[in-house]
Amino acid sequence: MNEAYSRPEAGQVPVLRLGDILLVTLQGDLHDSTAQQLQQDLSETIVSAGVTGVVIDISGVEIVDSFLGRVLAEIAAQASLLAARTVVAGMRPAVAITLVELGLTLPGLRTALDAQAAMALLEQPVVRSHAGGMRRERA
Amino acid sequence: MPEHEAGGPLGTPTLEVRDFLRRRREQIAQRWADEPLFRAVFTLSRDEAVEAGKAVVDALAQVADAQRVEDSDAAGFTGVREQLGRMSASRSRAGLSITQVSNELASLWPPVDKLLTSELEERPAEELRACTTALSTLMGTLRVVAVQTALSEGQALIDRQRLQLLEVATPVIRLWDGIVAVPLIGTLDSARSQVVMETLLNAVVDQHARFAILDITGVPTVDSLVAQHLMKTVAAARLMGAECVISGIRPAIAQTMVHLGLDLGSVLTRASLADALGYCLNELGVAVSGPADGSAVRR
Repeated sequence: MNEAYSRPEAGQVPVLRLGDILLVTLQGDLHDSTAQQLQQDLSETIVSAGVTGVVIDISGVEIVDSFLGRVLAEIAAQASLLAARTVVAGMRPAVAITLVELGLTLPGLRTALDAQAAMALLEQPVVRSHAGGMRRERA
Repeated sequence: MPEHEAGGPLGTPTLEVRDFLRRRREQIAQRWADEPLFRAVFTLSRDEAVEAGKAVVDALAQVADAQRVEDSDAAGFTGVREQLGRMSASRSRAGLSITQVSNELASLWPPVDKLLTSELEERPAEELRACTTALSTLMGTLRVVAVQTALSEGQALIDRQRLQLLEVATPVIRLWDGIVAVPLIGTLDSARSQVVMETLLNAVVDQHARFAILDITGVPTVDSLVAQHLMKTVAAARLMGAECVISGIRPAIAQTMVHLGLDLGSVLTRASLADALGYCLNELGVAVSGPADGSAVRR
């Protein structure tokens, strides 16, 4: 499994590549410039490395606002345009409650309990259900 | 004692009342022990009642000493506050209203007043009146303290029980490895829904649950607010990576929800808790076989 930091510069969110999957771990506050840089990094890496899935681990995020909710939704939309699935993993209860209270239920986003569950989710093949949404297919 | 009485002017009426209380401590306590309030509270031993009476008299004397007969927050009362609270609580338990307890406290005044009047008989009428006024004010303040204590104890009890109700009413049950359920019972309001949401989400994290079942069999009515709370809980659980199933919607509630135009379309629902569990087991890939024909679990 080849593993490398896409850009080892300070003040940036590291993007790890694990096989066909990109792993992003968000911690603490996410600033506007960092978020923009992350979106750019991700889309470039998806294209250049040909990955099929992105896992965003936000278990280290304690406080959330509408900005982070929008960034997550945008990343998912971008990845989906580039034929990669995005899974948000490890959201804390307080963060989930805040997002729901803000009205950000992120309907298009896949979620998982932790990074491991997210990887397992991405390893499953995809079928399209009649409603047009993605559905997990059990082996 | 007579020397003391004949010792000329003794200062203000309040201080005189204080001296009177200290001198007659034993006598007052004995008389109080015969009053219905003390008799009813200290049923076992009269000595105990006398001791309690003495403590109250000491507190009154201390308050009079500090010249704060009208102040229910006076430091002297802190010592007897607990005792007064216990006494009025025991009377309340016996079925007396707060007014009746207050009246019983008021009946503590006449015996003391009689003693004071007989002791200061030879004094000029003016002085006597000043002293009885000071004493009556002091007894009035004692009554206020007792009622305050009783009320605050009642409030504390209500607060404690409200918290207990919130805790008791929302147990999260682990049905299977990776499946948790909350059986909701009783009316859901904002505060309860919030507690349900928090405990459920924490259980999802702690038990690593992929499925959460909200069973509303015990919820008598569902209005738009309750439905909104349910939707929020489902959405939050989904954000965390767990799938939420609502079960136990009774026919009448289903009709009401449709009439109200509430849309639970995005939420997974099952008729009963058993059906919901069956669905979750099936999704987890767990097969349950019956004893006779080995039929699979219902979907």
